[in-house]
Amino acid sequence: MIRIKGIAAAGGISVGPAYKIGREEFVVPKQPIRPEEVPIQIQLFEEALIKTRKEIVGLQKRIAVELGQEQAEIFDAHLLVLEDRMLIEEVILRLKQECVNVAYIFSEVLKKYINVFSKIEDEYLKERVTDINDVGKRILHNLLGKERKGFEDLKEKVVVVAHDLSPSDTAAMHKQSVCAFVTDIGGKTSHTAIMAKALEIPAVVGVEEATAKIKAGDILIVDGGTGTIIINPDEETLRTYQQEDDKLKGIAEVFLTAKDLPAVTLDGKSIEIVANIELPEEVPSVKLHGGQGIGLYRTEFFYMNRKDLPSEEEHYQAYKYVAEEMNPLPVIIRTLDLGGDKFLSQFEIPKDMQPFLGWRAIRFCLARPDIFKVQLRAILRASVHGKLKLMYPMISGIEELQQAKKILQEAKKELKSKGLPFDNDIKVGAMIEVPSAAMTADLLAREADFFSIGTNDLIQYSLAVDRTNEKVAYLYEPAHPAVLRLIKNIIEAAHDAGIWVGMCGEMAGEPALVLVLLGLGLDEFSVPPLVIPKVKYIIRSIKLSDAQAIAKEVLKLSTGKEVQKFSQAKLRKILG
Amino acid sequence: MALIKKKLVVKNKQGLHARPAALFVQIANKFDARITVKHDTERVNGKSIMGILMLGAEKGSEITIEAEGDDADVAVLELEKIINIEE
Repeated sequence: MIRIKGIAAAGGISVGPAYKIGREEFVVPKQPIRPEEVPIQIQLFEEALIKTRKEIVGLQKRIAVELGQEQAEIFDAHLLVLEDRMLIEEVILRLKQECVNVAYIFSEVLKKYINVFSKIEDEYLKERVTDINDVGKRILHNLLGKERKGFEDLKEKVVVVAHDLSPSDTAAMHKQSVCAFVTDIGGKTSHTAIMAKALEIPAVVGVEEATAKIKAGDILIVDGGTGTIIINPDEETLRTYQQEDDKLKGIAEVFLTAKDLPAVTLDGKSIEIVANIELPEEVPSVKLHGGQGIGLYRTEFFYMNRKDLPSEEEHYQAYKYVAEEMNPLPVIIRTLDLGGDKFLSQFEIPKDMQPFLGWRAIRFCLARPDIFKVQLRAILRASVHGKLKLMYPMISGIEELQQAKKILQEAKKELKSKGLPFDNDIKVGAMIEVPSAAMTADLLAREADFFSIGTNDLIQYSLAVDRTNEKVAYLYEPAHPAVLRLIKNIIEAAHDAGIWVGMCGEMAGEPALVLVLLGLGLDEFSVPPLVIPKVKYIIRSIKLSDAQAIAKEVLKLSTGKEVQKFSQAKLRKILG
Repeated sequence: MALIKKKLVVKNKQGLHARPAALFVQIANKFDARITVKHDTERVNGKSIMGILMLGAEKGSEITIEAEGDDADVAVLELEKIINIEE
């Protein structure tokens, strides 16, 4: 059993045999032709181009219907390459000069361009290499009269393992045949990651040695939520994952029935079920799964994998889009939360000995108001296009919240002096994810319009567990009595002050704990889009009074395991 | 037939890459005129996305657009607009 890590690109867990896609090289035999054959070869080339064009346009139409216009636009770049005059003219010229088969010449010309582009240090051009490769392969297949072997042909459910996958490869994947994919290269915002998310296929990218370490047929567990891949797991691990997977799949269908229904308990208490997103492209999925808004819009990806800082306009356009699309539903934007396990690529942030306790999130933003204000101004400007709220990550005490609000006031003033409109009453929340904030929630509640509990960090800070450290990961328990007591304290303090509390950590999507959190009085659950129907279904299956009774019982228990056991049993009873 | 040459400075902050490059090629292809773009010693077909991308023209670099044909003047005017887009 080997565990490897990559970048979590699309959430979900899948188990299946590895299906390796080799790096297809353009191996085309070189055959001399007679000069009088040149016109026939040119005709063959033109026919292949026309056929390829039809294929791409067809694929583009299908994607537009299935995944939306924006995904389909990826193929515009393919059409540009396909119709490229320089490429076509060069092939025809060399064909006349060299008198060899057109397929060979085309593959040579293609290789030349790919070589040139691969060497240029530019993220955009590197991605174009994938496009050129993709289109090139299609043309070659058509030139050679071969049937293109796509994912359409896969019969059993497999985990696709490849060095890289082209956008059209990922788009051609069907959920019936592919259960996950793993690639050596790529980042969170690459086309393939976005496509995988839209297709709801778990994906881990940027694994570096995936194709080297994984052999065809290896059994893989792919956890797209954490970016973990387990190669040939032992039986126990496999059983745990498979049980979890089967169970989830079995009841997923049932949960889906609740997606468009309101999240109301049997005794009439309304709860907000909203989504966590990272990219604007996830908005359709939020709507599809019945999200009543966005409870956490992470904004780190703007800053990653680039040399320069994102402009106010870039921020603004993305926020405006999400605000408009979700309007009149609320969207909570979390301001920059970098550091810890997420790093800025353009800053030489000194390596902290303990990054999770270091210079990160709001601490970084308060120290760099120049960078912070760019984002705040963009959020404010976008606030006129929908119902935006903002929240600050990693608040540890009231001074930080006050300072952040002061910078927000300055940003407002700057916009006013420029005559730019914004929502002056924009709601400002604090993320509660540091134990000191949880303990002083009553104080923070005076300065905040709402709270959102970030459990991933709250758990690791309160239990002193670095969950990326395998040796102590077992101590990471959301149901630990200490965590539950902190949550209880936060909710009570908020309600006493008359503000609402949400939760945007993974804990909010754990079915058994949903009962406990509901009972503790949580007002809003923010979970990945896919999880929304499940949480809605559970909320709709119980009375608030019963959930309160469960929470009361659970708070008397002495270990996280007992809490899990008790609440799991209650959940089973409720779900039948 | 008109031959028009125009020296321009790339204003787009991404340089003649990404969307600006795609836009440039799409516009260039609307005209009958033969369009060439020069940057340093490179000289490429202005109607080719691969060509334009290979120029590697960053923000602030000087390029020359040459257009030859009946609609050359309009072509250069339209292409100049793209070169001048800042965002």
